[in-house]
Amino acid sequence: MEHTIKLKVNGISYDVRVQSKRSLLSVLRDDLGYIGVKEGCGAGECGACTIIMDGKAINSCMVLAVEADGSEILTIEGLSDGDNLHPIQKQFIEKGAIQCGFCTPGMILTTYEFLKRNPDPTEDEIKVAISGNLCRCTGYVQIIEAITAAAKEMKSNKEQ
Amino acid sequence: MSFIGKSIQRIDAVSKVNGSAKFIDDYYFDSMLYARIFRAPVPRGRIKNLDLSAAEKLAGIKGIFTAKDIPGANIVPVVEKDQPLLADEVFNFAGEAIAIVVADDPDIAEEGVSLIKLDYEELPSILTIEDSINKTVPDICSKPDNIFSHYKIRKGDFEKGFKSSDISFEEEYKTGYQEHAYLETQGMIAVPNPEKTITVYGSMQCPFYVQEGVSEITGYPLSDVRIIHTTTGGAFGGKEDVPSIIAGFASVPAVILNKPVKMVFDRAEDIMTTSKRHPAWIKFKTGFSKAGKLLAIKVEFYFNAGAYSTLTPIVLWRGLVHAMGPYACDNIHIDAYAVATNTVPCGAFRGFGTPQVIFACETQMDIAAEKLNLSPIDLRQINILKVGDSTGTSHDLDESVGLEKSLHLAADGIDWKNKFIPPSEKTGRKRRGVGISTLFYGVGLGAKGGMLRRAGAFIQVYRDGSVNVAVGTTEMGQGSNTVFAQLTAEALGCSPDNVTILPIDTSRVPDSGPTVASRSTVMTGNAIRNAADQIKHYLLLGASELSGKPEEAIELIDGRVLTAGNELKISFIDVVEHCFNQRYHLTSQGWFKAPSTSWDDDTGLGNAYFIYSFVTNTAEVEVDIETGEVEVLNLVSAEDFGQPINPKMAEGQIEGGVIQGMGYGIMENLYSEKGIFINPGFSTYLIPTTMDVPLVKPIIVNEGYSKGPYKAKGLGECPLMGVAPAITNAIYNATGIRVREIPALPELIIKQKKE
Repeated sequence: MEHTIKLKVNGISYDVRVQSKRSLLSVLRDDLGYIGVKEGCGAGECGACTIIMDGKAINSCMVLAVEADGSEILTIEGLSDGDNLHPIQKQFIEKGAIQCGFCTPGMILTTYEFLKRNPDPTEDEIKVAISGNLCRCTGYVQIIEAITAAAKEMKSNKEQ
Repeated sequence: MSFIGKSIQRIDAVSKVNGSAKFIDDYYFDSMLYARIFRAPVPRGRIKNLDLSAAEKLAGIKGIFTAKDIPGANIVPVVEKDQPLLADEVFNFAGEAIAIVVADDPDIAEEGVSLIKLDYEELPSILTIEDSINKTVPDICSKPDNIFSHYKIRKGDFEKGFKSSDISFEEEYKTGYQEHAYLETQGMIAVPNPEKTITVYGSMQCPFYVQEGVSEITGYPLSDVRIIHTTTGGAFGGKEDVPSIIAGFASVPAVILNKPVKMVFDRAEDIMTTSKRHPAWIKFKTGFSKAGKLLAIKVEFYFNAGAYSTLTPIVLWRGLVHAMGPYACDNIHIDAYAVATNTVPCGAFRGFGTPQVIFACETQMDIAAEKLNLSPIDLRQINILKVGDSTGTSHDLDESVGLEKSLHLAADGIDWKNKFIPPSEKTGRKRRGVGISTLFYGVGLGAKGGMLRRAGAFIQVYRDGSVNVAVGTTEMGQGSNTVFAQLTAEALGCSPDNVTILPIDTSRVPDSGPTVASRSTVMTGNAIRNAADQIKHYLLLGASELSGKPEEAIELIDGRVLTAGNELKISFIDVVEHCFNQRYHLTSQGWFKAPSTSWDDDTGLGNAYFIYSFVTNTAEVEVDIETGEVEVLNLVSAEDFGQPINPKMAEGQIEGGVIQGMGYGIMENLYSEKGIFINPGFSTYLIPTTMDVPLVKPIIVNEGYSKGPYKAKGLGECPLMGVAPAITNAIYNATGIRVREIPALPELIIKQKKE
């Protein structure tokens, strides 16, 4: 069965015709061209497809597109202000938190939502927050460093 | 040096944080079709009938292709040509491909797969190393006695060595599968062109392997098969040989239907049907003098190769060369066998046949140290390779041996002196301990590498001073493109910001061999230097003409032109423009052939690799002796890979590799029932998450190699290989429980405790 759903993605409104069975992940990628949303497992186990839906970080492979009707979505493409990267993105680069880059968009968006909830996290809290995002390249060390540095930078930006 | 040893930012970092990096599944072509695969349901059988009629009737199905439809040869060329792309008549492992189903969208293709009916006769099969050795079913592979390969080392007189030993002992070890678990699954898109040529895009390590594979399958000459590498989301050896298969699945329908075809695996399919690290069974005997000198080594080991030989012969050979460890020993007797089973063919995985033997060898050293009443550090100090020593295969080492330094740095890094306390002195439910392992690793393909021991590079300087570089080895996350930009900038005298590393394209550079064996920095790096030197000749000439200073007095550094340390008023760009006006040739082809090696198959002796990297790993663990759970607290890895080009990225390689090694040692386990993996997902095949990660301390030990680019060696695989035995030796030090099998899951530790 087909439905028309309304999505607002990175500030742009869409009406999309989708079949009931389709995942939000597939619609974002294949219909709307947000290729920064990655499919690593299709089963909610790796976190590569993480997006922000109505303020919450979710695995977009586990959400049907029809469930997302009317929601506001942020993907990695919407995080930076043009060429001006978000502090999390900057710190991922600075601290060497990127290798193959496949987990990176999901990792960054999970971090984005987490730091909104917890702007001054401990290392243990960071580890828990991104424990659902798998990375096979980095061993997470430089990712945790990047998140720590991003939290500091965002905090000092706010205070200024 | 301006850019050697500098941690510049990754050149692909921005595209990877803003979502614009394009991995293979991010490419879409007009009227592109999607392929899915129909596979064998049991480990071995004879195809009686394949009924495609229901699937063919499904709306949206564009074609179903079996062995008989393959336009070229039904072969996946690797070392031997024993594996078909699609099983014909007989299939030899569960999950082997039988038919390619192509449709307008992947869901329809998947539905088509479910409608195919296979009528087959199940044949007797072999699933374990033991059954293969015992030939419970004869002749299951292309070679006699179910043995794909056998290599040996015969050095000195091992029987005499054991007779003169004060202590000797033999142990048996087992190691399991390891799944690569790259986050991006395998994928390729084949695009047919007019005039019967084909372009294949995809995620891969080895574009020239894929080119050969697609050429065989399509029947097109190599000149008409163009392979373009796309951003690759991790590989770790898993995208060495397998991409040739994926490319075949896309190319067969693409050339027949004359449409682009995308073949991207889903996660379960990727885990269930693509290559793994070989499981091993190892019998290891060592003999020592009372003073701790290693006098004799005898090893017999078996790798489970799976149903086809793929890369197994060279994986086995590398295991053989490294089996005795990084120790000087005069009497060595090793037999290495790769046996066939009706299981998924095993292939390359970071370390390539060595983590298995290193686990056995380094556990032997730990047992020996206790028997000899020496500390594991002292026992190694007595036996490790130093400059002037000869390796197990009689390779005299005349430079670049940083093992002794790494031994002491890794020991200090974990506070060995204070923490190494015998297990008998430990009490309580949770007990801590430390462990160590040392290793060496041959850089590059080695003496068995044949014609592949080569690399090319192409450099073009544009009129505005910007530089394009084309290479033949791939970026898969390890950072090689950034290293290449640094090497180019250093060699030409420009800034790395002006250097663009082009996507790898087989039509641009000559066959540069595979991207494996920690070879990219040395091989491609030297090819880049060779290409840059040719251009540098004209740049210096041009700079001399412009400045009036003699060429010998001019230096080009980071876009500046200097004589005797003073910057001239002209810049790199001025020099380039002048060269263009003079019509000097600022385009060049670089080439590098690996330094010489040697090998004798009868004795197993020779200069197996042109140079070696060296590593010491130390680990600290806490073991719950009631549950067998192991928490790794600290991992230290001190690594000599010559001059680091980009230390920050090198540390990232070490951290990531060490954690993969930890996964291999204590977490990652593929369970198999009747030859079928039953845990093909990340909630059941557990790889390390942030919650498992200990403190990791990477230490760079720089012992330069005279023939490396700016004295670099190779790093990529080293971090993973020796972590498992460092951890299992730490488990022993904590508990007195000796682990002889990995992964050392809690249930195994409890079982060992009871014994």
